[in-house]
Amino acid sequence: MEELLEKLLEAVEFGKVDKKSPYPPQLRDMDGAHELTIRAIETGIKPQKILEEALIPAMERVGKKFAECKIFVPQMLMSARAMGSSMFQLKPYFASGAIKTKGTFIIGTVKGDLHDIGKNLVSMMVEGGGWSIVDLGVDVGADKFVEALKNNPGAVIGLSALLTTTMVNMGEIVANIREQAPETKILIGGAPVNDDFCQKIGADFYAPDPQKAVEYLNRIAS
Amino acid sequence: MKYKSLIINNPEELMFGIAPKPVKTRRGLEIGGGQVYAELNFTLPVMSINDNTLNQVYAHYREIAEGALERALHLNSKGVVLEFETLLEMTKTPSIGVEIVKIMNGICEDYYQKFGLKSEIRLTPNDLREFERPAKQRSSQFLEPLFELFEQGMIAGGDLLSIESTGGKEVSDEALMMCDVKGMVFALAVLGVRDMQFLWEKIVSVANKHGKIAAGDSACGFANTAMVLAEKKYIPKVFATIVRVISVVRSIVAMEQGAVGPDKDCGYEGPFLKAITGIPISMEGKTAACAHLSPLGNIASACADLWSNESVQNIKLLSGMAPTAYLEQLEYDARLMNEALRAGKMHCQVLQQLLVASDVYTDPQALILSPENVIRISKELVKGDSYVANARNGALAALDIIEEALRSGRMKLPELETGYLPILRDDLNTIPDNESEFIAMMLPLIDQSKFIPAEYGL
Ligand code: B12
Repeated sequence: MEELLEKLLEAVEFGKVDKKSPYPPQLRDMDGAHELTIRAIETGIKPQKILEEALIPAMERVGKKFAECKIFVPQMLMSARAMGSSMFQLKPYFASGAIKTKGTFIIGTVKGDLHDIGKNLVSMMVEGGGWSIVDLGVDVGADKFVEALKNNPGAVIGLSALLTTTMVNMGEIVANIREQAPETKILIGGAPVNDDFCQKIGADFYAPDPQKAVEYLNRIAS
Repeated sequence: MKYKSLIINNPEELMFGIAPKPVKTRRGLEIGGGQVYAELNFTLPVMSINDNTLNQVYAHYREIAEGALERALHLNSKGVVLEFETLLEMTKTPSIGVEIVKIMNGICEDYYQKFGLKSEIRLTPNDLREFERPAKQRSSQFLEPLFELFEQGMIAGGDLLSIESTGGKEVSDEALMMCDVKGMVFALAVLGVRDMQFLWEKIVSVANKHGKIAAGDSACGFANTAMVLAEKKYIPKVFATIVRVISVVRSIVAMEQGAVGPDKDCGYEGPFLKAITGIPISMEGKTAACAHLSPLGNIASACADLWSNESVQNIKLLSGMAPTAYLEQLEYDARLMNEALRAGKMHCQVLQQLLVASDVYTDPQALILSPENVIRISKELVKGDSYVANARNGALAALDIIEEALRSGRMKLPELETGYLPILRDDLNTIPDNESEFIAMMLPLIDQSKFIPAEYGL
């Protein structure tokens, strides 16, 4: 049983999606996250355990290697895909409430802004950290954030902006969210914003990179 | 591809300030005609653009233009280009963009009439089509305001026309993150090329109608995105290097459609365009650090005809406003190059060698920009029969150059980087010469919900 979780952890860490996936070369022809998850469920391992003892620790290792510049984004993305294929198998258990993520993270690039590479990386890393993601895409106004929050009460919000003329829209979004659900935690990021700006608009936390965002989220989740 | 050979074959002739096909402007700049001029790029500080702030917006651009030209005059500048990169609101509501051009053009004209200072405006509308996802490159409602801004902005005094067009970006964003070199060739040499043909035919025709200058595009959304990601250590530098080379076959389409330069500053593919087509180019390097970091601060100027920065916010520094300070930095760099140009060929070569040598082996992205390597790669970029084959051949030549530099011990790269070299080579080698074959090979591999083939004529 433990061995199976160990293997799944390895598959996710090294980005082995399924048996037929050629990547990574060292795991060629071996079972991937897809097969190992099915087997784990069949063996009777609790889905929550699969999540907490294989998937999340695997992504933690990946995040650490990335932070230490030992791997590049493509490797991280392959791990995220492997985790995704595992999560797909676990989906019914999320729906039934048999397993819980750490929470929901709603993220989007604010109105007027189309820069989304940074936002996508943050969303991927946060997902890897064990959060459910609602990605609203780019050019997102206050109304959409508020609506998404209504559908996901208690979710944490992430706002991204890359332009000096769109970062100001964060202020409006924060104000709108505060009106609806004052206790909502709001995280901001992007090249032109900083801690001062975060405080000025009344957001809760500014993260310069995805790792810092995950650390913060984990702090508030525990 | 229309170009089959190079205009500049000898690396020694790929020189700053001198282009085989110089561009003369209305107020008398001769870009590539033996001088290097500063091209200033600027943007708004933190603020919204709406009906209530419009007067403030206009005041910022007035202050930027006046500050820059006043400083240029004080420094005995030979001439200046002001690049106006519009922000969303200024393109969506073209009258805003046009008003800003008018304001700045009035200031340029004033300095010209009163003091003989030559300056021009480069008008770079942002590519609005991206706001629809998947983008409707050919049928987008946004093409109308975009071209209205081009046309009315020209009439208002925007003499050099550019855009950072985004055709193919739907595919390249993901390909970049996955280091998928075939995906990048598809994004740039198939989709990008098609979109550039569509867009630049139109831009050139409006420019000709009004006697203005269709200048050029930049693969910013592709190759600069790669460079910025590599600077953050998110993707390998060797991959970003290859992406830059592939982007040449896309950006050169503007010239095939009739653009004459100066190519846009953030297109570090400019040196290849200059070698192949002979047009003058604008470049940015260490001076772009206000907006993004780069590994090619000095070498970028080796064959620049305009020397530029990147968007600097109109905020106050201890010396004065930031755009004024940047104009001064650009002007001093230009002065140095102009002094070499005045002193003669030998001086130019010495200065160029120093600019090259100080960067060339520190990063593969700098390596490919040495005049010698630019010519060597450019030869490969024109020898095939299709854009796809040319992109592949250029990329393979760049790989050869990187590997030679590693073997000779002059360049060092960590294993994490070098591990990608054989992977990239193998991947490139699977790309066929024939474009239709390549398209047939790629279409099943690409997420077709992200782009609309018909919008590229596919
Ligand atoms: C790549 C790029 C583009 C690409 C975007 C591709 C894409 N799919 O996103 C393209 C070419 C399309 C583009 C377009 C434009 N751009 Co642009 N772009 C950039 C560039 C060079 C890099 C951005 C990037 O992707 N960085 C890499 C990622 C990984 O980093 P990141 O985004 O900062 O994100 C990290 C952190 O900030 C953080 N983070 C980000 N979001 C969030 C959110 C949360 C919640 C958290 C916790 C953390 C976090 O984590 C991320 C990962 O580490 C920047 C330069 C810069 N200094 O950022 C200019 C820049 C932002 N762009 C600029 C401009 C002007 C534009 C255009 C208007 C250009 C034009 N004329 O066409 C258009 C605008 C389109 C629009 N309305 O949005 C200017 C901004 C000027 C200003 N006034 O602010 C800049 C500074 C460059 C310049 N020209 O000088 N751009």
